Amino acid sequence: MEKIIVENLNLYYDGAQALKSVNLRIEANRVTALIGPSGCGKSTLLKTLNRMNDLVPGCRMTGRVLLDGQNILEANTDVNQLRKRVGMVFQKPNPFPMSVYDNVAYGPRTHGVRGRARLDDLVERSLRSAAIWDELKDRLHKSAMALSGGQQQRLCMARALAVEPEVLLMDEPTSALDPISTGKIEDLVAQLKQRYTIVMVTHNMQQALRVSDFTSFFLLGEQVETGETERLFSSPQDKRTEDYITGRFG
Amino acid sequence: MPRRSFDEKLEELTQEMTQMGAMIENAIEMALRALTCNDVRLAQEVMRGDAEVDHKERGIETLCLRLLLTQQPLARDLRKVSSALKMIGDMERVGDQAADICEIVTVMGGEPGRGPSQLLSDMARHTADMVHRAIDAYVAGDVHLAREVMAFDDVVDDLFARVKDELIALLSAEPSQGQLALDLLMIAKYFERIGDHAVNISEWVEFSVTGLYKGESLP
Repeated sequence: MEKIIVENLNLYYDGAQALKSVNLRIEANRVTALIGPSGCGKSTLLKTLNRMNDLVPGCRMTGRVLLDGQNILEANTDVNQLRKRVGMVFQKPNPFPMSVYDNVAYGPRTHGVRGRARLDDLVERSLRSAAIWDELKDRLHKSAMALSGGQQQRLCMARALAVEPEVLLMDEPTSALDPISTGKIEDLVAQLKQRYTIVMVTHNMQQALRVSDFTSFFLLGEQVETGETERLFSSPQDKRTEDYITGRFG
Repeated sequence: MPRRSFDEKLEELTQEMTQMGAMIENAIEMALRALTCNDVRLAQEVMRGDAEVDHKERGIETLCLRLLLTQQPLARDLRKVSSALKMIGDMERVGDQAADICEIVTVMGGEPGRGPSQLLSDMARHTADMVHRAIDAYVAGDVHLAREVMAFDDVVDDLFARVKDELIALLSAEPSQGQLALDLLMIAKYFERIGDHAVNISEWVEFSVTGLYKGESLP
């Protein structure tokens, strides 16, 4: 079943078209990888899925993005509520300059969660879900800035999970991490998809192969080819996909 | 040009496969000649040469594994490397079977008048041709040629059945020729198996070109 359906989406930054008539169906409880060369529109599409593009001046969109059948591009969409349902993890770990605990509790507090016991429980559950509880349980009140890059990224995932989202958007979540931290994040993604719908932008083909169920290839703002990941990487149907994934693009 | 060194390595793989193909084609031709001419020395030469085929197989295996390790190929590149890995197993078996045929020739002892029938010679020539065309299909990425080779297996199987009938007739007419009939039956069977390996090779050529193996996509 589809969690998100993108229909005929066009996106312009000050007149320059970044997405061209994109159609895409994103399955619930599956990992969908978005691949393509830099500037192809994949991160732009990712940001559209929780209206992060609203923050970009001069950004204009046409088309529809349906989340559980509801068009999130409509003007009356509660964007705060949307971003609670559709969380995001960025390329570079970006913990807030505060304690581990406060990082994770930040989102729930913003959404009105009060009470020490409830927050304690939420923080622990989120850190456990992000597979970092054991490493941080004795450092909850130390600064998040002192953590390693890999720990910071899993903390950011815990922070995203703390508001109990339905969809997790990940923009190259391991590109700044070493292989061991990358492996931990990938294992985590495999576990998290049982509860969340995950959309991940990655430049690493092998990572897309390891973690995603579906892959969508973008080029020059167009969605060129989407399919089951193993099929797309072993026998792509479009020559542009083939040329890109075999490194013979251009 | 993108990925130049990778493309050079893939070209090297094609060349190595062509060389291994030429080695086994040569082994089959020599085996057939040794059989036809009762040439024990030629048969021994084929048996000795089999070690070189094995050595070539190991070299290609190493090249493929190194390409997988360092280049992590995808799509057509992955199919090319993985099908080569599968094909060399069949090619090595063809080399073994040419040597097996020659071993029987040496046991038969080079006595005149104990050669193969025209039917067996035809069958042998056809299987050699199947191997030749299967390798050509790989080098050219020619899926039609590969499918022709697969279809031709029926012709060889039919010839094998006729050779068997011929040998049964020989046994009935001349019971004292039992050893010869069995030797020739073994040889015919080896040639028939060589045809099967040519079919296997062609199936991997089809996969390499189309992504379909026996009509199904892999993985």
